[in-house]
Amino acid sequence: MNELALLVAATLSAGTPLAIAGLGLLLNERAGVLNLGAEGMLLISAVAGFAAAYHGGSEWLGFAAGAAAGAAVAAVFGWLVVWLNTNQYATGLAVSLFGSGFSAFVGIDYVGRQLGEKTAHAVPVLADVPFLGPALFRQHPMVYVAVALVAAAAFFLYRTRAGLVLRAVGESPQSAHALGYGVRRIRLAAVVTGGALCGVAGAFLSVVYTPLWVEGMVAGRGWIALALTVFATWRPGRILLGAYLFGGVTMLQLHLQAQGVQMPSQFMAMLPYVATVVVLVLISRNPLWIRLNMPASLGKPFFPGA
Amino acid sequence: MSAPRLELRHITKRYGDVVANDDVGLAVAPGEIHAILGENGAGKSTLMKVVYGAVAPDAGELLWDGAPAAIQSPHDARALGIAMVFQHFSLFDSLTVAENVWLGLSRTVSLREVVEGIRGKAAEYGLDLDPDRPVHVLSVGERQRVEIVRALLANPRLLILDEPTAVLTPQAAEKLFETLRKLAATGCSILYISHKLHEILALCHQCTVLRGGRVVASCDPTRESTASLSRMMIGAEPPRLERRPANVGPLALSARGLALPGHDRFGVALEDVSLDVHAGEIVGIAGVSGNGQQELLAALSGEDPRADAGAIQLFGQPIGRMGAAARRKRGLHFVPEERLGRGAVPSLSLANNMLLTRHEALRAFGWIDRAALRHQASGVLRRYWVKASGPAAAARSLSGGNLQKYIVGRELDAVPKVLVVAQPTWGVDVGAAAQIRAELVALRDAGCAVLVVSEELEELFALADRLHVIAKGRLSPSIGSAEASVEQIGEWMSGLWTGGPGQAAALAGGAR
Ligand SMILES: Nc1ncnc2c1ncn2[C@@H]1O[C@H](COP(=O)(O)OP(=O)(O)OP(=O)(O)O)[C@@H](O)[C@H]1O
Ligand SMILES: [Mg+2]
Repeated sequence: MNELALLVAATLSAGTPLAIAGLGLLLNERAGVLNLGAEGMLLISAVAGFAAAYHGGSEWLGFAAGAAAGAAVAAVFGWLVVWLNTNQYATGLAVSLFGSGFSAFVGIDYVGRQLGEKTAHAVPVLADVPFLGPALFRQHPMVYVAVALVAAAAFFLYRTRAGLVLRAVGESPQSAHALGYGVRRIRLAAVVTGGALCGVAGAFLSVVYTPLWVEGMVAGRGWIALALTVFATWRPGRILLGAYLFGGVTMLQLHLQAQGVQMPSQFMAMLPYVATVVVLVLISRNPLWIRLNMPASLGKPFFPGA
Repeated sequence: MSAPRLELRHITKRYGDVVANDDVGLAVAPGEIHAILGENGAGKSTLMKVVYGAVAPDAGELLWDGAPAAIQSPHDARALGIAMVFQHFSLFDSLTVAENVWLGLSRTVSLREVVEGIRGKAAEYGLDLDPDRPVHVLSVGERQRVEIVRALLANPRLLILDEPTAVLTPQAAEKLFETLRKLAATGCSILYISHKLHEILALCHQCTVLRGGRVVASCDPTRESTASLSRMMIGAEPPRLERRPANVGPLALSARGLALPGHDRFGVALEDVSLDVHAGEIVGIAGVSGNGQQELLAALSGEDPRADAGAIQLFGQPIGRMGAAARRKRGLHFVPEERLGRGAVPSLSLANNMLLTRHEALRAFGWIDRAALRHQASGVLRRYWVKASGPAAAARSLSGGNLQKYIVGRELDAVPKVLVVAQPTWGVDVGAAAQIRAELVALRDAGCAVLVVSEELEELFALADRLHVIAKGRLSPSIGSAEASVEQIGEWMSGLWTGGPGQAAALAGGAR
């Protein structure tokens, strides 16, 4: 019982950075921009966040620095793909590679450093409820912020006019342009916002989750977050679900290993990725679903006046 | 006299070697309905896009209320109060009708007001629409209505309509004209493009005729006739359709009790559709778009292979479950109503678009014989008077009517045994439309079975030997087009034939 509660708690914590990054990428993609640079953005913001938290002594400073770093990298990426119409796939991959090298380079001094004492978090009253308390209510505040962000994004996309415009741009930039919307401006805004969210996720990894900086510490989570957007058929609520599912599988794998279950560890490490592929296959069986939710212009450049 | 609402001076626009607009000038007064007339590829749409800021002219200036205006983008145009209905729609497939309309209006209106606006105005405009339906399930006729309603609700000062009635029924068009006249009476200027000359006579106050991108005439349409307009436009009157009585051969394509549930809750379900098309005859299907035409076409063409195998037969063979390619191999060719996206891939060259349905240029192992392909495409371009820079031109660079001619030509050129064609002359100028109709009749006389689905009654009466009407997913019995009257077909369109959906509803209503 108690172990299950701990597993749930670990799952929420592991899912949170995936959810936040996935949400950011979802906003990008809803506007029609595919950012394959997610892994690099997460790395750069992780090191930025760690440095800020280390020198400033505050986690929140770390998140702010992570968000700023993510937004800055995304702004460069956005300028390249939205204004200069460079190929989104190639540019994204370049950002990813750049990010891993650059973060390793500037992060050398931070390897092995420790952040201050980790504070324990608890929601008053609820934290003492048996089972539910340890499972759900002793988390870092960012875990709850992630849930709130998902709800806010869903509200934004489906209940506000600005969200409708964003979806419209992602579906048909030509039509949106013809109706007088500034497609490039909107796309850039979406990319930068998405970058800031990825930045928060990166900072969460290095400041709260691990919490330390090592080269390559993001360990493929950027790619998982990208897969999550497809997994979620570009709907915010399902991003959260997918992130927790994924976090859960990862945690279960560690848990089983700790229990000494006899299985090759490589197989266990594979499990989350296999799960993703299986779910993707299942989802792709419903073409209408994909058609209605997938931003039709995803990955395609837009030339106004052509 | 006050300054014209819009004045164009010396507008020139080139696309490579093609001069789409050549030193064009025109003026539109407040409250004036101004027709722009010209054959396919004359440069009408290009000129309208210049006014709307969607295309930047190479030279020339534009005056708004007498003052020079720089319209750099559609955003600027909308700020001045210009609204436009595009020839190729600018709608968002995954959004609902109301959301699509909302995106074209100012920020201050709420979605709920838009829904009410659509419901209220739909009746007034005669443009029936369900605001909650997603656009991807709509037929082109319905999409056209969405575009028009969006433009009308924007309260424009200049309204540009690029072939708004191409896929509207005559009744809906008539209602639209009333609305446009009212709108003009309040001072809104209207630029109106249409290939239907009688519309221009009935509606417009002024008319500018383009040919090869130049203004060749400008006139007062109220003093002209369709014949004189046609002469100004193409230098001749369109030939009359010659037709001999049909020489009906054996049964070619038939549907028996074809029933298909709708694709989703918005789709129209086909119920008990039965029809026969014999070799050597043209069968027409009339009806207001959105009554199951799309679904029927998809089932017949093979795009939707869910029907019972035996429900659709081609020369006695069950084909209900075959895909489009398999049916094509057996001689059934198809012209879909959406020319961009369904009929052609916009970004591919005309030659490559040929390969979508024609495989003559394929050699062993799928090798493409480029020279043969180019030759084949050039043949279609020449034979069907398609104005394009050549077989290498991208499909999307063609003017609407020219692309239509190309797609219809591609299928006609295959000499099919059975041809299913939707809206064969959508957006085609009078000369070319007469030619396409003549080709269809020639195909019939050569023994092909032809099924034409169209909203244009006049066209159906001229072309078809027998007519069916489709309403709410049910098909009426057939009637010889010589015996049928426009009134009767109109009644059938509301489902009022013996056993039709309208009559069943009336009976049920009477019993209650
Ligand atoms: N984007 C483009 N690229 C290249 N050529 C183009 C482009 N748009 C239009 N053209 C060419 O400009 C000419 C005028 O086209 P336009 O669409 O204005 O004709 P139109 O008068 O509207 O014809 P239709 O009645 O068929 O709609 C055509 O020859 C067309 O091929
Ligand atoms: Mg045109």
